[in-house]
Amino acid sequence: MYRYDSFDREFVRTRVEQFRRQVARRIDGSLTEEEFKPLRLMNGLYLQLHAYMLRVAIPYGTLDSRQMRKLAHIAERWDRGYGHFTTRQNVQFNWPKLKDVPDILDALADVDMHAIQTSGNCVRNVTADHFAGAAADEIRDPRPTAELLRQWSTDHPEFAFLPRKFKIAVSGSPVDRAVTRAHDIGLCLVRNAAGEAGYRISVGGGLGRTPVIGSVIRDFLPEADLLPYVESILQIYNTHGRRDNKFKARIKITVRELGIDAFRQSVEGRFRIQRREFSGVDQTLLRDIRAMFPEPGYKVAPAGAFEEALESDPAFRAFADTNLQQHKNPAYVIVTISLKAHGATPGDATADQMRVIADLAERYGHDEIRISHEQNCILPHVHRGDVPAVYDALRQAGLATANVGLASDIIACPGMDYCNLATARSIPIAQGIAERMKERGTERAVGDLKIKISGCVNACGHHHVGHIGILGLDRAGAENYQITLGGDGTETAALGERTGPGFPAGAVVGAVERLIDAYLELRSDDGETFLKTYRRVGMQPFKAALYAERAERGGPQP
Amino acid sequence: MARSFTPCVLTANDLLEGNVVYRAPDGGWTRRLGSARLFVDEAEANRSLAEAESQQGAIVDPYLAAAEPGDGGGPRPAHFREAFRAAGPSNYRHGKQEET
Repeated sequence: MYRYDSFDREFVRTRVEQFRRQVARRIDGSLTEEEFKPLRLMNGLYLQLHAYMLRVAIPYGTLDSRQMRKLAHIAERWDRGYGHFTTRQNVQFNWPKLKDVPDILDALADVDMHAIQTSGNCVRNVTADHFAGAAADEIRDPRPTAELLRQWSTDHPEFAFLPRKFKIAVSGSPVDRAVTRAHDIGLCLVRNAAGEAGYRISVGGGLGRTPVIGSVIRDFLPEADLLPYVESILQIYNTHGRRDNKFKARIKITVRELGIDAFRQSVEGRFRIQRREFSGVDQTLLRDIRAMFPEPGYKVAPAGAFEEALESDPAFRAFADTNLQQHKNPAYVIVTISLKAHGATPGDATADQMRVIADLAERYGHDEIRISHEQNCILPHVHRGDVPAVYDALRQAGLATANVGLASDIIACPGMDYCNLATARSIPIAQGIAERMKERGTERAVGDLKIKISGCVNACGHHHVGHIGILGLDRAGAENYQITLGGDGTETAALGERTGPGFPAGAVVGAVERLIDAYLELRSDDGETFLKTYRRVGMQPFKAALYAERAERGGPQP
Repeated sequence: MARSFTPCVLTANDLLEGNVVYRAPDGGWTRRLGSARLFVDEAEANRSLAEAESQQGAIVDPYLAAAEPGDGGGPRPAHFREAFRAAGPSNYRHGKQEET
């Protein structure tokens, strides 16, 4: 993985020292909150409902054991013993004290991490496929591209005050696990007919209050043209993006108002000029970065233990069914560690759990860990023969929940349990659904089902792209939840469609159960997933099941 | 017609710890909503808010939050957001509940 050079190290340490002095000046009264707020946000420090919250970037979701152990140390020493992994491949600490934050940032800098650009109207943490470098279906590892973009965008003077925040995601596979079409810029590594490497680029995607699936602006951009092209997109956005209205300031609105064709024309015009500004030094840099992401030194070892465990242990077989994915090396698998134990807070890991994950990565996983936008943790390179030992250690740490991709593997934003912007809670809804799924014991029979919950229209919980999306709102002083169906965050991206009137908090679990029962009735066979069934039969039968009680009572129907 | 005034408490977050705090009857800050002063007079509430806005060495983002007289004499929140702010996260027992 990428290691900081002396420039990176000095930059991060300088920022920590600057922030240390800014915090001291805030505490001694030399800075007002109005003056201090933009400074703390530049360093990832928010003030939430109950406490400060520090958002730390995990660039393209990649960590090693040393970094994970440092997160555990921070959680224990300066927070409440846990961290929360988010849909943006960040980790959030929910309880730091203001005076401790410079020390936390120093601790992060010890392991090449920081919280810079995790807030504000700048290019945010660049995200990527969480199976990067491991997936059997990958064309090329997207992480060197993401790292190049991280270096280019960090403290980029031209893009420090964009009209609004800006999110870039990179996928190296035709299977889109990085939700690229819901990003301001989505990059997919592709090869053209001649076999040359390049990018398909989408622009203007985003969720939030105005959800949009990004439009393809270039089908094929040669690899070497990436930075001038991305820079051109940002320059056009920086010029035309609206600064008069925060709700219309994202690039998706700029693209919509100009139209994709006019937007593309402007970008291409700019690109012809911008391209000449790049001497090729970026490509030299990319080559150097790529050398830091070598293939792991795969081991050759017997895999008999894996087959034996599959035969003898039904619980292990269940884990293998859901939590293992195909690795490009057939002797290896990708292990997803679910941070979604039934009834737990999605994405939370205790310091002890983080240490277990770090130890397993070091011992069995070529020292690599990934965080997914689905709020799970991944050991991307595990030899098959080692999976039973990994499973045993996970089970002892309460980390072996075999539910990846199932109904209880729910994305939920922090919602009103923590977040200042939330209009309703998310986590207790996720807890309630997951616990009910466990009681029913049928989630394996239900199969692939993505439930995603947001506690406000900003959609951090990606509800628009959930097969079942749940949005919490404040309706006349009470929590109320709207349901959408048919959303999809993959290469067949689609926005969910609203079912009708919302449900009070106490009725959401029952509503989800009715939808699942309807699906089980409607599906053509066991292999037809919820999403496929929805696409085949449409909204109506689901709506009928969802609002059946309302119809029986003779109440108003949607 | 003039907007009618709703009884309220003055609330903010503590600068150093981030905790939710409320204006107490003695003019200081308390971490318990039940010990907060319930303002029933609009002019007094606004005066207290203005004062808090000028005292930002101790607190951040003061505002008036609607509240009602509670059973035990102290105020209780009028809206669920303030109920969660007063109680702490509801996903499991940690944070504020743990300390009180």
